[in-house]
Amino acid sequence: MALPEILTGLKVVIKNVFRRKETVSYPEARRQPFPRFKGRHILDRHDDGLEKCIGCELCAGACPADAIYVVAAENTPGQRFSPGERYAQIYQINYLRCIFCGLCVEACPTEALLMTTEYELAGTSREELIYTKDQLIVDVPILRHWESKRELAPDLSASRRVQGLERDARQPEAFPPKESP
Amino acid sequence: MSEIVLIALVKAVVAFAALLVTTILVVWIERKVIADMQSRIGPNRWGPFGLLQTLADGIKLFFKEDFRPRTADRWTYALAPVMAMVPSLLAFAVIPFGDQVRIGDRRVDLIVSDLNIGLLYFLAMGSLGVYGVVLAGWASGSKYPLLGGIRASAQMISYEIALGLAVVPVVLAAGTLSTVEIVAAQTGGVQNVTFFDGIPVLEQVANLFRYVPNWYIWSQWPAFFLFLIAGIAETNRAPFDLPEAETELIAGFHTEYSGVRFALFFLGEYVHVVVISAMAVTLFFGGWDGPVFGFLPWIWPILWFILKTAFFVYLFVWLRATMPRLRYDRLMWLGWKRLIPAGLVWIVVTAVVNTEGIGRNARLAVFGALFVLVLIYMGRGDPRLTQAVAPQRRRLRSGTA
Repeated sequence: MALPEILTGLKVVIKNVFRRKETVSYPEARRQPFPRFKGRHILDRHDDGLEKCIGCELCAGACPADAIYVVAAENTPGQRFSPGERYAQIYQINYLRCIFCGLCVEACPTEALLMTTEYELAGTSREELIYTKDQLIVDVPILRHWESKRELAPDLSASRRVQGLERDARQPEAFPPKESP
Repeated sequence: MSEIVLIALVKAVVAFAALLVTTILVVWIERKVIADMQSRIGPNRWGPFGLLQTLADGIKLFFKEDFRPRTADRWTYALAPVMAMVPSLLAFAVIPFGDQVRIGDRRVDLIVSDLNIGLLYFLAMGSLGVYGVVLAGWASGSKYPLLGGIRASAQMISYEIALGLAVVPVVLAAGTLSTVEIVAAQTGGVQNVTFFDGIPVLEQVANLFRYVPNWYIWSQWPAFFLFLIAGIAETNRAPFDLPEAETELIAGFHTEYSGVRFALFFLGEYVHVVVISAMAVTLFFGGWDGPVFGFLPWIWPILWFILKTAFFVYLFVWLRATMPRLRYDRLMWLGWKRLIPAGLVWIVVTAVVNTEGIGRNARLAVFGALFVLVLIYMGRGDPRLTQAVAPQRRRLRSGTA
């Protein structure tokens, strides 16, 4: 007789009805990614406004997906872009190829190339998804990439369970919503 | 004369429209409830709480290409979806959805047609629905639909017997095949409980039975279980959805259907769910029976009927969210070796117990004893499983594990 087993199953299923929903109503409410989530890249600047990128192409060399294209040029006394000898004249990342592994960031000797938590990288054409230098370079490092009505703290329950600290408890103050730049 | 025709026409049109709207709601309920059970949000884009999602899907289906495979049998292919949907709509005709209402000096039963053979008609419509599925599978001229159709025919024939057998005890108890009279027999509270007569305190307690509704579920619960299982199998829904088993047969009998024709199959399935739920309510849960209050007295029976039916629709969805699909031979095993014998035995028990001269006490004793027996049988668990885990349990208990 399978009836007790069926009843047990029904009980398990009905429990979920009274639990918190795991998904969010996406465009209206977004879940904030973990702070070290690997999203789209930025090219950082020094405090004096010079680009950190020195056009060494190590990122392009490290890239397993061959998504980065760099052409370096010499800085001249009249036109100085970076503190080093050279700067990136052309810098492109093809987001159709990028696998967001972060090896480029690790390879960068000047910490010019960084990754943000932005993951909304849809486009309507192939050309649109090849990001050029003027799209990647920033004046102020991006801390937060969206304006949303409601932002949810990242779900820490999984890691917490591993550490055996707490079960299914949310601590939003661990990652407070950052101010928009 | 023309007045009668007009009333019949209005009832038919209203019931038809209500059934279609209900179907839209049921599809929404199913998606929302399953989302609940899987900790998701579910459809929420179109209309408040996503209520209009089904409507949008329906409109989309109407504008889709009406594809027909080259190998399909043209006329049968076109006819099958209609044959799948129409009987399930027709079956609703014999379900009473409210008490008599008074319009002018005329008393109108809230039922499309009070046939004196209502239950027989209901079973007949269920059988006709099989043709739509089987012919759809055969007419598609493709292997997966054919397999689905064959499965459907075997499954529905087996479970139709169980469904018929589950209905018979209720007919025996009520002494009629008319659904209106079956509901009428279930109104009011449980009367004449003489089981505790002569026992000082319990005698007073027995009086409280007046407040318990006199539904057939109390005495006919085995028939109800049979009806529920056979009913789910009859509607081809999980865990008995073998004719469309998407993991094995793509989509079974409606693999080759698209657009409006697919929408008809879809509609037919959900109407069938509503009709089976409504029939379970009618037979075992007193139909529209329930407390009536002063404000708009005619609306309460309809409300009770809708609430009870909604509960069974929820149960259908709940079961779908819980249970995996049965293996085909297990399905046949359950139908022929368990449900049909159980149905036959229960008919005999009901027939004996309902014989003149056997008092209510004897009846209660028989039903009670049976209930206890079934509980014992259920509680013992699967012997194979018990054997398998026995050594482990022993070790756990002795603390050596």
